[in-house]
Amino acid sequence: MVEIAVQNAKAYLLKTSSKSGLNLYDHLSNILTKILDERPENAVDTIENISQDVKKAHFSKKLDTLQNENEMLPTYEIAEKQKALFLQGNLEGGDQELEDEIAESSLPNVMESAFYFEQAGVGLGTDETYRIFLALKQLTDTHPIQRCRFWGKILGLEMNYIVAEVEFREGEDEEEEDDEEAIEERDNGDSEADGDDDELPRSFYKAPQAVPKEESRTGANKYTYFVCNEPGRPWAKLPSVTPAQIVIARKIKKFFTGRLDNPIISYPPFPGTESNYLRAQIARISAATHVSPLGFYQFGEEEEEEEEEEEEEIDGGRESFEENPDFEGIQVIDLVESLSNWVHHVQYILPQGRCNWFNPIQKSEEEEEDEEKEEKGEEAEYIEQEVGPPLLTPLSEDIEIQNIPPWTTRLSSSLIPQYAIAVLRSNLWPGAYAFSNGKKFENFYIGWGHKYSPDNYTPPVPPPVYQEYPSGPEITEMDDPNVEEEQAFRAAQEAATVLPVEENETEEEEEEEEDDDDYE
Amino acid sequence: MDSESLLLSLELASGSGQGLSPDRRASLLTSLTLVKRDYRYDRVLFWGRILGIVADYYIAQGLSADQLAPRKTLYSLNCMEWSLLPPATEEMMTQTSVVKGRFMGDPSHEYEHTEMQKVNDGEKVFDEEVVVQIKEESRLVSIIDQIDKAVAVIPRGALYKTPFGPIHVNRTFEGLSLSEAKKLSSYFHFREPIELKNKTLLEKADMDPSLDFLDSLEYDIPKGSWSMQMERGNTLVVLRSLLWPGLTFFHAPHTKNCGYIYVGTGEKNIDLPFML
Repeated sequence: MVEIAVQNAKAYLLKTSSKSGLNLYDHLSNILTKILDERPENAVDTIENISQDVKKAHFSKKLDTLQNENEMLPTYEIAEKQKALFLQGNLEGGDQELEDEIAESSLPNVMESAFYFEQAGVGLGTDETYRIFLALKQLTDTHPIQRCRFWGKILGLEMNYIVAEVEFREGEDEEEEDDEEAIEERDNGDSEADGDDDELPRSFYKAPQAVPKEESRTGANKYTYFVCNEPGRPWAKLPSVTPAQIVIARKIKKFFTGRLDNPIISYPPFPGTESNYLRAQIARISAATHVSPLGFYQFGEEEEEEEEEEEEEIDGGRESFEENPDFEGIQVIDLVESLSNWVHHVQYILPQGRCNWFNPIQKSEEEEEDEEKEEKGEEAEYIEQEVGPPLLTPLSEDIEIQNIPPWTTRLSSSLIPQYAIAVLRSNLWPGAYAFSNGKKFENFYIGWGHKYSPDNYTPPVPPPVYQEYPSGPEITEMDDPNVEEEQAFRAAQEAATVLPVEENETEEEEEEEEDDDDYE
Repeated sequence: MDSESLLLSLELASGSGQGLSPDRRASLLTSLTLVKRDYRYDRVLFWGRILGIVADYYIAQGLSADQLAPRKTLYSLNCMEWSLLPPATEEMMTQTSVVKGRFMGDPSHEYEHTEMQKVNDGEKVFDEEVVVQIKEESRLVSIIDQIDKAVAVIPRGALYKTPFGPIHVNRTFEGLSLSEAKKLSSYFHFREPIELKNKTLLEKADMDPSLDFLDSLEYDIPKGSWSMQMERGNTLVVLRSLLWPGLTFFHAPHTKNCGYIYVGTGEKNIDLPFML
């Protein structure tokens, strides 16, 4: 009896499923084989999963002529690009070259700063930092660069920007300039075209005179910036910044997308594409957050003696500084406790959008003497010179943001304070950090590239609407006169004009008669 | 991010630039293990860090076996001593919504807010200025709750719903495929669903009740409040919230590594519509 029952049960288990073509007997034996092979912990808890795995194994992909592996392509593409970064060292051989390269290297020690920033709890992962390091090496190898620095990373919606700050060797940075002239020409063309249409009312708006941009190596254009989206991708040079771009960038707040040619759609309209906006934000962030311990930099001596008085009068401050060879370092604890031990080493950008004030009146006097006479009233107006804090001003003079201190200082570790470093975090530009171990320092920015404000962003209101026509009697509405007024007016008119009109009339009539005679 | 895979998770989320210093990392690894034992949590998540002017808050959350059950939130200033925060209440939310500006980093700090209140004095009604004191601790509670409800993210399939209701970690979750990982619809809000019951029958037809029991990020308002990027050459998906800047979610496709971390000032980006 028992045998028959067993055989019946086995026959049932061996029954092939009509859907999958499997049978339970084989499946169970496969599961048991798998369990005994692999010996997982607590097999009873995961029996369902094991069963599932065994079933899945039946559907494992067999090689087919139609393969759909496209989705992995970008992975290989970037890996291939980054491979070039790792191979760049091997291409040049020879000890002599290597020595030269080490001696002349303008490459910063990114890994060392990254180590310090890691102590501060900021920074990209070691792996990413190293790739950026290699990408910077590629940049310094392919361009004539005097000095290079890893500025930071700006997050974007689609891609991020890795920003490098470089200084070219003397006389090797002149390239562009053509683009902007072209833009100006185009603007002129437009205004002429508008002038042809006489019927339409013309705009009386006169654009304020454009403030010229600062020469490269001075002011906001002191350094040149290169960006790339990912280490291994090509570096793109950012155009130099114009004061107008900085002024508008202060009024707008837009996310970066990661594409340099993306148009910035905003009010007030931004003159340029995302690359210009990025450059303007970089200039603003650098001016506000690049700081160094007091005494690390000093003003150049020659300049100090000769030009001090004149310069200060004209520009409101000296612009160049050099490393102080006698800098002895500041105690870390002093750096943490007092903000007056830190100074800004990037010039303040004036409301005008330049670091060195430009007087718009001077130029108009020289160029437009004819207009000067007509507009004496306006010329008499005196434009007050904008003055910002001079270079190397201590941070303790920074302005508070609505009772929020602009900087937060901290010791990197409270557990081992002997070897801790001083960390500075900007509250005005969230994402800007600086560290110093007393002798060395570095600045770094990582974030969305926006300034902090406790209030909401409010776009500026549009300017008042201009009058289409000058207001005059033709277009002003008046009350219609009533009958009495009309009659009184007519009577007055008649009384005034009767006599002379009559005289005239008689003369005219005579003349007419004479004329008539002639014709006849 | 799960406290057990803290180091790997921090490495994966480091693209946003906000990590932890080595001493913080080490102390978290030690103290969160003890928190898990002492409070008898099933899982402990390291939630993130709220940057204050004087000090930073480090936040951790304890989960019970049912993953969607109300979470317990703990905070610490030194990463070693943790204190439990009270659950957020409606009253707390409305009270703290008037506070703006940065956190101080001192839980007993009191914000002062002047409010106009109508006072009945006999027959006359006066407008009187009343100064309300709001403790930073209650602001901290309500901000964490708001961030959790708005932007806590979990990939589809990482959790599953059992027939009896409780929600468990899906042991067999092996990560999203690359094509799925690029879609916002594969990511869910890690909170009780709100929008799900408003869906039409047609939309519900394709859903797997054991997996699709949460709201997806796809229909978040405002549209475009997430920035999705592929990093490390398509081997890592990173979602960054633009509504709560500072929240980073990461997921490595084809692995079960996923998690989110918030490092920020604890302020909502109300300027978002202007910035897109």
